[in-house]
Amino acid sequence: MSDVSFVRTEMLPEQAPPGSEVGVIGWLRHNLFSSWINGILTVLSLYAIYYVLAGILPWVFLSVWNAGSLTECREIMNATWGGTHGHACWGVINERWLQLLFGFYPSYLYGRPILALVLLLLALTPILFNMISRRMNWFLLALAFFVTAMLMDASIFVWILRIGFAAATLFIGYQLVTLSGSDRAEQIAQGAKRLPNPLMFTAVYPFLMPWLMWGGTIWPPICAALGFVIGFVVLRFGKDHMSELVTMIAAVAAAVIWWLVLSGYVSDGLSSVLPIGIEAVESRKFGGFMIAILLGVVAIGASLPIGVVLALGRQSDLVIVKALCVGFIEFIRGVPLITLLFVASLLLNIFMPPGTNFDIILRVMIMMTLFSAAYMAEVIRGGLAALPRGQYEGADSLGLDYWQAQRLIIMPQALKVSIPGIVSTFIGIFKDTTLVSIIGLFDVIGLASAIRADTSWNGIYWELFAFIAFLFFIVCFSMSRYSMYLERKLQTGHR
Amino acid sequence: MKKTVFLGALTVAGLAAGVAAAGTLDDVKARGKLNCGVTTGLVGFAAPDANGEWGGFDVSICRAVAAAVLGDPTAVEFVPTTGKTRFTALASGEIDMLARNTTWTFSRDVDLKFTFVGVNYYDGQGFMVPKDLGVSSATELDGATVCIQTGTTTELNLADFFRSNNISYEPVPIETNAEGQQQYLAGACDVYTTDASGLAATRATFEAPADHVLLPEIISKEPLGPLVRHGDNEWGDVVRWTLNALVTAEELGVTSANIAEMTAGTNNPEINRLLGTEGTLGAMLGLDADWAKAAIMSGGNYGEIFAMNIGEETPIGLARGLNAQWTNGGLIYSPPFR
Repeated sequence: MSDVSFVRTEMLPEQAPPGSEVGVIGWLRHNLFSSWINGILTVLSLYAIYYVLAGILPWVFLSVWNAGSLTECREIMNATWGGTHGHACWGVINERWLQLLFGFYPSYLYGRPILALVLLLLALTPILFNMISRRMNWFLLALAFFVTAMLMDASIFVWILRIGFAAATLFIGYQLVTLSGSDRAEQIAQGAKRLPNPLMFTAVYPFLMPWLMWGGTIWPPICAALGFVIGFVVLRFGKDHMSELVTMIAAVAAAVIWWLVLSGYVSDGLSSVLPIGIEAVESRKFGGFMIAILLGVVAIGASLPIGVVLALGRQSDLVIVKALCVGFIEFIRGVPLITLLFVASLLLNIFMPPGTNFDIILRVMIMMTLFSAAYMAEVIRGGLAALPRGQYEGADSLGLDYWQAQRLIIMPQALKVSIPGIVSTFIGIFKDTTLVSIIGLFDVIGLASAIRADTSWNGIYWELFAFIAFLFFIVCFSMSRYSMYLERKLQTGHR
Repeated sequence: MKKTVFLGALTVAGLAAGVAAAGTLDDVKARGKLNCGVTTGLVGFAAPDANGEWGGFDVSICRAVAAAVLGDPTAVEFVPTTGKTRFTALASGEIDMLARNTTWTFSRDVDLKFTFVGVNYYDGQGFMVPKDLGVSSATELDGATVCIQTGTTTELNLADFFRSNNISYEPVPIETNAEGQQQYLAGACDVYTTDASGLAATRATFEAPADHVLLPEIISKEPLGPLVRHGDNEWGDVVRWTLNALVTAEELGVTSANIAEMTAGTNNPEINRLLGTEGTLGAMLGLDADWAKAAIMSGGNYGEIFAMNIGEETPIGLARGLNAQWTNGGLIYSPPFR
């Protein structure tokens, strides 16, 4: 008997994996060169990428920034590189970037659109990101107002504002630093008073924004807001005396009568008695990327609620409501946006009595909103169609009425399903704003051709488009990333 | 198409009648601002600078009219119009006058119901080719590819020219002048055709302008001028005689430099009538006596405006040519101030 044992009594020590399977080489082998074909494709792709970048990067970075005209650019290029081919002339952007951003908006008032944009982001924060606390939200708002007050020309009133906002900022900031989030949550649980909901500011913003952009007295936006208040009051107190449907109709009618008939006189009267306001800026001065953002934000913000209403109307059992919604959606979707814009800029001019001044930007806003609302309605209808019948029945069995069911059960799910479609529509409508250059508004594209008409810059081409593309990419890419973030956040595990 | 034009003309006619009753001159005075339609940008003729201030050959006409009517050349609201929106903007009353290198044609004058008050630039369609194409006349362009803006009269002129000379061409449609420059430089077409002023401006932007030649043929008449609505003759007169005042000023040697001393009185009665020191020409128009003086001071006389915006000293470098005074063999000619 030999004592040779064929049973291994101890484990072999772990070997390091072969060098070709780990690290950079392993990754390359697995992902790029896993077979001959993939290897060839990888090499070809790398060459294609190199080819494109080798053309673009020198153009972008070996370029002229300080020049007052295309000729000067070319002289500098010839002196520096001995040729003009393959070098960008960013001098035009350097000279005109403010104009490309703001159009002909008076330069000493640039602060107003910037403030409107900052406040827009702050107004959207409570809607877009629910992880930011109320305290943080109010702190940022108070800070924004404080900075604004510091930048305004000093007067007694401005000093009061400065001190007030400084105090608010410091107070909330101190609370933020000294009191951690969990401690604050405990306080609230024990009954401490919470800060008001920042959505209050979001509700005010749609009236604040036009005032900041167009200026004038503060009364027109206040009167416009009053319409909603009147409608709400009728809705609140009419319920006790009338049926729900009648109340709703009465509320809408009261608001519409206020806006169309009375508010004009009231705001004119108040403006002449108490002319509190800021310098007015005409629509014709609006331009550049500002117009794209303005039109985009309004169209996006207004088209979502209108689209929801239209989508619900299209699914409604009420014949007239359904016919109206279907007719509207199909008509608007059947017509190119450019046609609607021409209607806004030309046809309305002919139909309205001479001398009527119906703001061109307002007309375009309305058309773009209607256009995107029709698309939005169909996207949301897709989301509604994706919900199983059981959800509707479940809502019914809980005894919820129509609006409660929509608000609490149907819409949250339908909107979640439609997020990619909704954001696609948003991005689409935002890029469509460039079409307004065709009706003579100076958006970025229109300004680019106007800049080319300057004798200094005649003949420049790609640099302007590259800059415009860059601006649009930032906004559209952010929207796209946000949509992905939102989808992940709302992911509930089943589809 | 015919029907649309007809309907459009009807609407425009109806409106023009409605607007005319108001009296544009009074409207402008009451408003304190002239609404002047210009292009959204054409080199030398109208373009905003980095501060948003408009300048150019057509813009100067707007400023002169504003100066004549309101005494202030900056009291102008420039309304940018595209080729598609310009006529509606004028017909609907959104603008008081259009100074947008618009060709005076029969149908625009008669059918669209506008009044062309004069011609401030005589243009014509020309051709540009690379020098190494070895072509010296447009009749040698048989079989050439031609870059041409779609939807303009240049497209029709081109077709007429090639047909009447019995030669063929291949059109490369483009949308804007900037696109045309790029296509032409990239070699997408052998020939670029547009108004001769535009060709000169385009060639001036090239890195090597000497490598390109403008062919001698001018194949169309493009008299460009300001226009107003039919039916408001008082306003038409104001714009017409403001333009004539600029032309006459050049003919009589009145410039923005010597106008002050001329106003003191000269022994030329026509200058005195023009500048309002003699006679009541201003009152006849419903304007101040020094209306023409204000107009001339806004940017100089016709020759000064030409030289400053598109003349030979500028990068565009247009010669006076047809646009010289009649005394120098050109077509620029104003009726007398009497």
